[in-house]
Amino acid sequence: MIAIDTALALQAPQLMTTPPLLTMAGVSRRYGDVVALQDVSATVYPGEVLGIVGESGSGKSTLLRMMNLEDTPDAGDYRLALPDLSGNLFDLDRFARRMLCATRIGIVYQNPHLGLLMKHTSSGNVAERLLIAGERSFATLRGRAREALGASEFPLERMDARPIELSGGMQQRVQLAKAIALEPALLLLDEPTTGLDVSVQALVLDTLKRLQRDRAITMVIVSHDLGVIRTMADRVMVMRRGRVVEQGLADQIFQDPQHEYTQQLVHAKL
Amino acid sequence: MTIAALTKPWQALSYGFLDASAKRELRRKMLKAIAVPGCQMPYASREVPMARGWGTGGLQVTLTLLRPSSVVKVIDQGADDSVNAASIRSFLSKVSGATETWDTTAATILQSRHRIPEERLRADQVLVLQVPNPEPLRPVEPNMSIARQMHADADYGRLWLILYEQIVRSGRVMQGAAYPSLVNGRHVMTPSPIPRWDVPKLHMAQHLTFLSAGREKRLYAVPPFTRVEPLVFSDIPYQVEDHAALTCHRSGLRGYFMNEIPQDDGSAQFELSDSHLGIKAIRQAEGSAVEIGPTWYENGKMPQ
Repeated sequence: MIAIDTALALQAPQLMTTPPLLTMAGVSRRYGDVVALQDVSATVYPGEVLGIVGESGSGKSTLLRMMNLEDTPDAGDYRLALPDLSGNLFDLDRFARRMLCATRIGIVYQNPHLGLLMKHTSSGNVAERLLIAGERSFATLRGRAREALGASEFPLERMDARPIELSGGMQQRVQLAKAIALEPALLLLDEPTTGLDVSVQALVLDTLKRLQRDRAITMVIVSHDLGVIRTMADRVMVMRRGRVVEQGLADQIFQDPQHEYTQQLVHAKL
Repeated sequence: MTIAALTKPWQALSYGFLDASAKRELRRKMLKAIAVPGCQMPYASREVPMARGWGTGGLQVTLTLLRPSSVVKVIDQGADDSVNAASIRSFLSKVSGATETWDTTAATILQSRHRIPEERLRADQVLVLQVPNPEPLRPVEPNMSIARQMHADADYGRLWLILYEQIVRSGRVMQGAAYPSLVNGRHVMTPSPIPRWDVPKLHMAQHLTFLSAGREKRLYAVPPFTRVEPLVFSDIPYQVEDHAALTCHRSGLRGYFMNEIPQDDGSAQFELSDSHLGIKAIRQAEGSAVEIGPTWYENGKMPQ
């Protein structure tokens, strides 16, 4: 079911009995002469955390952007097993895409400027998600913004501060609150802790871990930091030059890497 | 054949100042604007003998609508006698032969900035509003190309974000003018800098309203009997300025939009913002045969 182009790569163990939430098959994308993705396939099961590792330029962020429907591939199929969705999501029009992204998919970017309105309040940033989904009651907006910020362990006395006045770790928490405000089926994390110092990074990862445990959110986390992937991911996908070179259970990949590049990656970790 | 033979004889000015092609452009876009209420139509805004930002958009629409039998009223902040209003009005009558008036009920075309007159407009009257910034999405989306996409998708959620933050910061909606309003259930427009008090006057009104921004080169319209609904939260109702209980110290009228006049002793007195309504009320009290038309607000309330 999962197309893997390297003989060395392992088939993901088929332990899950539920059908996958996310299925991507044969996604290719070129930017001019640059091949960003070449026949990439991925599967994510409900409640699972998929880690994507790879060097800079390996196509992992492009893949995440595809999952968030921000870009359309040259070829490929993308499905989410959600009640009222069917067919290839890449065929959706702009309007349907936006509604889907706003209500069913949450994303946390590495750069908070991409995900937040810096000059609006933090609670307003969270409320914006609810507003796009059609919520029009001020009391409900306020309450749910407070709830989401609380769940991402943001200090509530600062909920009306503008993100631009906040520290990097706080900004990531606001992004996280915004992403989980509508209880999305899928949470995408693009290098969520890169650029934070180690102690703040640990706190943010703690929050993510706890959210994952409490709400059983399905997550896809992209990082070049193997430590982050080791902490978070159940299953790992290793990418290089736009291809998936290896995938398997996290322990499997870290203890017994098969592909030459994965071996280098695991051993290069300080 | 000479070129001179092909050209029209020299004239000082076209009728109504604008040349025929400029008027045709405006007429086309005005018809389009009526066809899609509240939708901003880009148009080729011309030079007029006035600086951009002084009402050039409104002036071009008015010049296109004028004919010799027109009666024009021009107001600025509710007053007919301010310099800008007076010079626009005399310019309009000079280039078209239209009659000038201060009386809302007598006018056929009303050009205004900041206010809609307190007396009800009829089906045979046209209101032209001068708009400085026609884009309601500008505070939340600085990229105008994306803003246009948002209009196309009716993606207006972020406009409530402005109201949300005003309530969070100040405890109430602080949007004093240009209150974003949904027209005909489809397009959100900014109704030019009219106060909240005047927005309900556009809802299901008998008259036609044009809103035109000369510098931004956009015009839009509210046709007669069109819904204009200010954006509100479901649990916080729309409120107009609380001027219902104020009394005009000159005319004695009560329940209209007022200007606050600070006094030497630190207190404040109020006078009608719609100056000609005040003049009429004073003349009526002095015994002249002056008729005040029916007003939108009655006893400080807008009947639903």
